[in-house]
Amino acid sequence: MKDKYLSGSAGQIFYDRVFKNKEGLVGFLILAVILFVILPLSLDTFRLNMTGKYLSYAFAAMGLVMCWGRSGILSLGQGMFFGIGGYCMAMFLKLEASDPESTKIQTTPGIPDFMDWNQVTELPWFWYPFKSFPLTLALILIVPVIVSTIMSFFYFKGRVSGVVFAILTQSMVACTWYLIVGNQGYFGGINGITDLKTLNGWDIKTESAQTTLYFVCVAMLLVCWIISRFVSETRAGKVLLAQRDKETRVRFSGYNLTVFRIFVFGFAAILSSIGGALFTLQVGFMSPNLIGIVPSIDMVIFAAVGGRESLIGAVYGALIVNSAKTMFSEAYPTLWMFLYGATFILIVLYLPKGIAGLYTDKIKPLIFKSKDK
Amino acid sequence: MGDYTAEEIYSIFLMQSFSGVSLLCIYVLMGLGLYIIFGQMGVINMAHAEFLVLGSYTMCLFSDFVVESVPALTNFYIVLAIPLSFIIAFGVGYIVEWLLISRLYKRPLDTLLATWGLSLFMQQCFRTFFGAREKSATLPEWLLGSVAITETVEIPASGLVLLALTLLLTFGLILYTKKSKMGLRMRATTQNREMTNALGINTKMTDRITFAIACGISGIAGAFFTTIASTSPSAGTNYIVDSFLVLVVGGLGSLFGLFVSGGFLALLSSILEFFMTGSLAKVWLYLIIFIVLMKFTKGLFSDNVREK
Repeated sequence: MKDKYLSGSAGQIFYDRVFKNKEGLVGFLILAVILFVILPLSLDTFRLNMTGKYLSYAFAAMGLVMCWGRSGILSLGQGMFFGIGGYCMAMFLKLEASDPESTKIQTTPGIPDFMDWNQVTELPWFWYPFKSFPLTLALILIVPVIVSTIMSFFYFKGRVSGVVFAILTQSMVACTWYLIVGNQGYFGGINGITDLKTLNGWDIKTESAQTTLYFVCVAMLLVCWIISRFVSETRAGKVLLAQRDKETRVRFSGYNLTVFRIFVFGFAAILSSIGGALFTLQVGFMSPNLIGIVPSIDMVIFAAVGGRESLIGAVYGALIVNSAKTMFSEAYPTLWMFLYGATFILIVLYLPKGIAGLYTDKIKPLIFKSKDK
Repeated sequence: MGDYTAEEIYSIFLMQSFSGVSLLCIYVLMGLGLYIIFGQMGVINMAHAEFLVLGSYTMCLFSDFVVESVPALTNFYIVLAIPLSFIIAFGVGYIVEWLLISRLYKRPLDTLLATWGLSLFMQQCFRTFFGAREKSATLPEWLLGSVAITETVEIPASGLVLLALTLLLTFGLILYTKKSKMGLRMRATTQNREMTNALGINTKMTDRITFAIACGISGIAGAFFTTIASTSPSAGTNYIVDSFLVLVVGGLGSLFGLFVSGGFLALLSSILEFFMTGSLAKVWLYLIIFIVLMKFTKGLFSDNVREK
């Protein structure tokens, strides 16, 4: 048998890696049609904007699929990276919203309003990069990598893994939360960064802008999905999958797992950060309570409901859980929390592979029954 | 400092160190239940903080009940409330282990998620049954006062009780694990489940009792936290990170480590809170913990360091 990765054109390799087979392609196309055509046609702008918000959580959930489902590193700290992206974007938008003209009633015009309220008279140094849009975009991608590498290098090197690492990432989120709340003058404290209006002069609050942002979000999501699929089919992705199941065996085969783990943790961090940035753009503000301990675990729940090993499942998981949350918590707030807790327990107990597992184990055999036999 | 005499400075020092000791006791109490569940059984219980809150609610409701129905007992009800909170938390823990945890021993990361669901569920139970408002217990007068050791040194009575309770619980726990038959079974099960099973010990039951006892201990700890702060349905989120960190820093499975790391965190946080506001002190506290853990990835006193 010929090695299919050595023969075949670049397009063929790409197809094999990303979609694997026809089923993968169909799954991807269905998702694309739902997100690009069906939802925009059936929902009004308000609901579409909310869907866009849910989809920005799907980035974090996809990151978790990469680092938890496929590599066995549970991170309860995705909120921290979501927050990094969100705050980077919010800082850029805030600087644009607080030009000297519109802030002239302040004691120091030209700085964000919450700084003025907190007797900060000069723009702190770390706000300067956010005056430029390209730099902001770069920072959204770079900062999470730096933070995640620093935060994980020594732990992965010291073979901290599993539950203890999960606890540590949770503490990191708590630390970030306290950092933002404690620095009211620099990050807006518990209120967060609010009143974000324009992006390079383009009003992001109008209906047309929100629709556009939704499509941007979906396009980014699909691109990130393709990249993630590609990464998980590379050799690095396979090593990660192998070390999840048989760690010692991979170590004795001569792989330095620290590097691989840092890589996948950083990759998940970038995905969350992109999600956070899109979240800020669509919602128009960022606050520490959106990135604390509870939202971080919510992201894990999205991934778990969707199916921890399935990237497409993560998108559906984020969509379904969030829509259910909105629907139920509007009508029966009390019942919702019971339901949420109970559903989650049941899924962990009986559906460890989530919705995706339900499909591959139950529905698929039904559809393809005749073929198998 | 010119106006203080040497004796006064000495008294301030004494009282400050005592408040540090109280903080240590709080950290240890938070970690004690987890020490068994996480450190010994290897199960991670994200609903741990909710068991603390359960204890707090037992205390609050019981104090309300006593003040309304049997006012004569107001001064002594704590003696009854502490066993009661143990029993209630024990019962809930027993049921939880039976329904949930026992199915997940082989999947530690899943236990973490399932118990998170449990914690959401329990929080909503608190909110529905006890109301969303903050609650606090009516404390007997002797607990609110302070004990004058010398003319200038006064120590709060609640701090003394806290210290006594912590020591009592810890020694009780050591006695239980090292001397009692159940403790022996627990240690055997932790070390080698198959072998213990083969020797005819009911490991399932052992797990269940162990888990329930750990929950009961958390219940007692929580009951005592009502003397320090009021309770609300989501109060658990304030405890959860700290109680896991104190255990991880100390090293899983080491009771001595738990005390040392409790002391370390108490010392650090009192020093930090002297210099900056509460939330920034927390940030630095966590950062220092992260750095310490980067060096000692297994905690300060991990099991294998002690035994080999």
